[in-house]
Amino acid sequence: MKARVHVTLKNGVLDPQGKAVHHALQGLGFAGVEDVRQGKFIELELDGTDVEKARNDVTEMCEKLLANTVIENYDIDIVA
Amino acid sequence: MKAAVIVFPGSNCDRDVQVALQNRMGTAPHMVWHRETTLPKTDLIVLPGGFSYGDYLRCGAMAANSPIMRAVIAAAQAGTPVLGICNGFQILIEAGLLPGALMRNRNLKFICKDVHLRVETTDSIFTNRFNNGEIIKIPVAHHDGNYFADDETVKRLKGEGQIVLRYCDNEGETTDVANINGSASNIAGIINEERRIFGLMPHPERVIEPLHRGTHGAMIFDSLMEALA
Amino acid sequence: MSEITPDVIKSHGLTDDEYKLVLDIMGREPNLTELGIFSVMWSEHCSYKSSKKWLKTLPTKAPWVIQGPGENAGVIDIGDGQAAIFKMESHNHPSFIEPYQGAATGVGGIMRDVFTMGARPIANLNALRFGAPEHPKTRHLLSGVVEGIGGYGNCMGVPTVGGETNFHPSYNGNILVNAMTVGLADTNNIFYSAAAGIGNPVVYVGSKTGRDGIHGATMASAEFDDASADKRPTVQVGDPFTEKLLLEACLELMATDMIVAIQDMGAAGLTSSSFEMASKGGVGVELWLDKVPMREEGMTPYELMLSESQERMLMVLKPGCEEAAKAIFDKWELDFAVIGKLTDSKRMTLMWHGDVAGDLPIDPLAEASPEYDRPWEETPKQDRISADSIEQKMPHSEALKTLMGSADLSSRRWIWEQYDHMVMADTVVRPGGDAAVVRVHDTRKGLAVTTDCTPRYVKADPVQGGMQAVAEAYRNLTAVGATPLAITDNMNFGNPERPRIMGQFVGACKGIAEACIALDFPVVSGNVSLYNETNGEGILPTPAIGGVGMLPDVGRMATIALKRKDSVLVMLGSPTGELGQSVYLKNIECREEGAPPPVDLNSEKRVGTLVRGLINANVVRTCHDISDGGLLVAVAEMCLAGNIGADLHMPESGSEIAWLFGEDQGRYIVATRDPDSVTNAAANANVHAVIIGNAGGTAITIEGEDPLELDELRKAHEGWMPNYMAAPLN
Repeated sequence: MKARVHVTLKNGVLDPQGKAVHHALQGLGFAGVEDVRQGKFIELELDGTDVEKARNDVTEMCEKLLANTVIENYDIDIVA
Repeated sequence: MKAAVIVFPGSNCDRDVQVALQNRMGTAPHMVWHRETTLPKTDLIVLPGGFSYGDYLRCGAMAANSPIMRAVIAAAQAGTPVLGICNGFQILIEAGLLPGALMRNRNLKFICKDVHLRVETTDSIFTNRFNNGEIIKIPVAHHDGNYFADDETVKRLKGEGQIVLRYCDNEGETTDVANINGSASNIAGIINEERRIFGLMPHPERVIEPLHRGTHGAMIFDSLMEALA
Repeated sequence: MSEITPDVIKSHGLTDDEYKLVLDIMGREPNLTELGIFSVMWSEHCSYKSSKKWLKTLPTKAPWVIQGPGENAGVIDIGDGQAAIFKMESHNHPSFIEPYQGAATGVGGIMRDVFTMGARPIANLNALRFGAPEHPKTRHLLSGVVEGIGGYGNCMGVPTVGGETNFHPSYNGNILVNAMTVGLADTNNIFYSAAAGIGNPVVYVGSKTGRDGIHGATMASAEFDDASADKRPTVQVGDPFTEKLLLEACLELMATDMIVAIQDMGAAGLTSSSFEMASKGGVGVELWLDKVPMREEGMTPYELMLSESQERMLMVLKPGCEEAAKAIFDKWELDFAVIGKLTDSKRMTLMWHGDVAGDLPIDPLAEASPEYDRPWEETPKQDRISADSIEQKMPHSEALKTLMGSADLSSRRWIWEQYDHMVMADTVVRPGGDAAVVRVHDTRKGLAVTTDCTPRYVKADPVQGGMQAVAEAYRNLTAVGATPLAITDNMNFGNPERPRIMGQFVGACKGIAEACIALDFPVVSGNVSLYNETNGEGILPTPAIGGVGMLPDVGRMATIALKRKDSVLVMLGSPTGELGQSVYLKNIECREEGAPPPVDLNSEKRVGTLVRGLINANVVRTCHDISDGGLLVAVAEMCLAGNIGADLHMPESGSEIAWLFGEDQGRYIVATRDPDSVTNAAANANVHAVIIGNAGGTAITIEGEDPLELDELRKAHEGWMPNYMAAPLN
């Protein structure tokens, strides 16, 4: 079983990396980009089969380590 | 007076702060490996600078979960003073001992240079040897020192006198240009409500003798010496 | 059916003649793993086959040299039972393909070379060469390389204190990234790579092995074409965190008595490390490749022998020490595996799950590798540029501002502020001056370090240019008051199979050798990087010299910053008015031509000795050598560093341009409040000395011209690089 975690900056938190990417894209002529937010993607290989337990475990991992909930949101996707 | 310096895998200013403590306090500190679960008897805990766990995931995030941190948090809550320098400040924040977050510098670059700082409060065991509003010079060296907290938290920090150091120009103005990393309210260092836990991005251990081209860092250790002796 | 087809041989970079030699040595057809081993061992990068003949001519000995070239790094005695261990190495091709990782792993590799020998790294430097600023790739490469160097060095906690950066169109398709590390060890605890003790365990420590950089060493020895930019899979990724742990673990193990020999796995990974250790020790090795810690599944003996995964070391331990040594690596959470043993066979036997996967004789590969005497042509001499032929186009102060704000001479602050140059708290002279100085921890001693080369001089006259690179390093160390002790050389040249290029290499070697002998400044380590060309265009020949010197007392040293408004500026050394290949000629006249300034080694030594004497006697605390840009630029740099202006006199006769902008060698400017004692000392030392002006004010004022305010000059000088780097990507 795999868990896929997306960690993104909360709205309103300045994202200098996203801003720089946006700027670079504009420089390359991609005019249609309105905003860029950069985040992290973390893939976990889990040994159990219980999807609910996995979700709870990964949520705890996010709260404790994977995300900094002061500035970041996270989104968990369990792939059986 | 005896300090304890916590050494994490990837710490790299542990020796520098060890030397500074020895130099200013006359006693060599305990060096405590992060996998220990108990602290020796100590008057001061120092979390040094560096790249604990390579700064992977988020600066300080994994160190904040190291075995020794339970003991550090317990000691801090019981009133043992804690000084977190640079990566140590990041760890204190990740451990929830200080509020806010430290993000990538505004210009996305690592910055190593002397910076001017304004001492915002001398009402602390870390800064009692300075004058209020004094302009001091201490180097920074970090990639992620851009202090962030929501407006309410920043307001509270201001109101309670918990902002200890702010980036300023050589005349003491906390301008945007002087705000090297984009921190909220030019914050370079903050203290907790009980005024015992101090985190700062600049490196006082790098300016303790004239050969360092400055000695303002020594004043922080001397303040501690005076307060805790 | 044989797996070794002519195509396979060619793709391994072996010539027909070399393959014949392989067959001779093996007495049979090699298998693919064995062929791969020959290929990397005989690559230019590992074998020095084109350069060996000439490298042997370099002077490598002095009473203070403990170890010259041939080990992981050179070792010199700095007194009190302490040694400085250092080397410079290139990572040019990988940095062009992936600037961040290429530069980062270059820094990681050179630090490993130094701590392998038992030294704690205490200073990093880097000599960088990029294409023309207006070339579309330059900004991206510069930005990535600087970030990569910082990313690795900063994390390691080793200060990056100096270096140099040049731009020139000849590097458009082939940048140079040369990284130097200086370390500190006790003379009685230095570690070498010669394996010894039949039966002793061969131990692998550090990161696991993946498929990184397979064939990196052969790539670094082949000319670039446009298709090589796609060879991405061979790029290694650095992990400075693991290397920091490896450093601490190795130093902890080295404090015990368990290591017989140790060698880092750099280019050509397990192959070159195991062969070098065995060859130097005159022993054989049996390697159990299935025991190598692996990061990926399905790896083959071929891949394991050729992988360039970073942050790995190979050691021979004393028997019975395995458990105690493993405990140290366990503490630092690093892999530790016994992967073989020493034998008396003088052969490398590769075992794979109990079967023999390869069996090669060691000496013919490691020591009897091909050596070529490549044909070479002497570089034609260029005419000296007569100063009288150059007419003044603008006020000198305007020319000064143009030069100081040019790509050639503008401030490199944008670069070095991205490097932690203060960690370890012993940096006493920071970047931006002549040499950087790091204090030897817990002592009053200081090590001065610098990297130097003026490639345009080397192109115009390889012998003089080679000499000049060494002399410039000597001068930069002298200017802070340090006694120059030894150098490391990083020879970056084009394709040695072209006689013209080989002639540049030969000439530079001759010049370097001559200067090293005259200045008592031997070569103790080095690296050669050839085939630096893109689509047939060679780079400027670039023998980068890393110099190390010693200050007995960091309390008595000089920096370039003017310190007092009432001091007098004295020039030491003879002006001859050399404008050939000067920065002035390039930027103001738009010409890159003429003979470079000649180097007078006798005079160089005389002036240098005088300057060091003045600094060590505490008569002089402000000193700067005159180099790129000439006298006026040197004065301007001293003024900006100290934020004090200067009034300059003009000579009564002769070309003003030559006086102000000539790049005549062997000169220094000192500031003093006691000019008489300086000029008297100079007269006694038979050194030409002349008072050129006075410090003071907030502007530089050249006799007969309007003052140039320092603020205005600073804006030009500090502005160029940040402005350049801030422009949008194109």
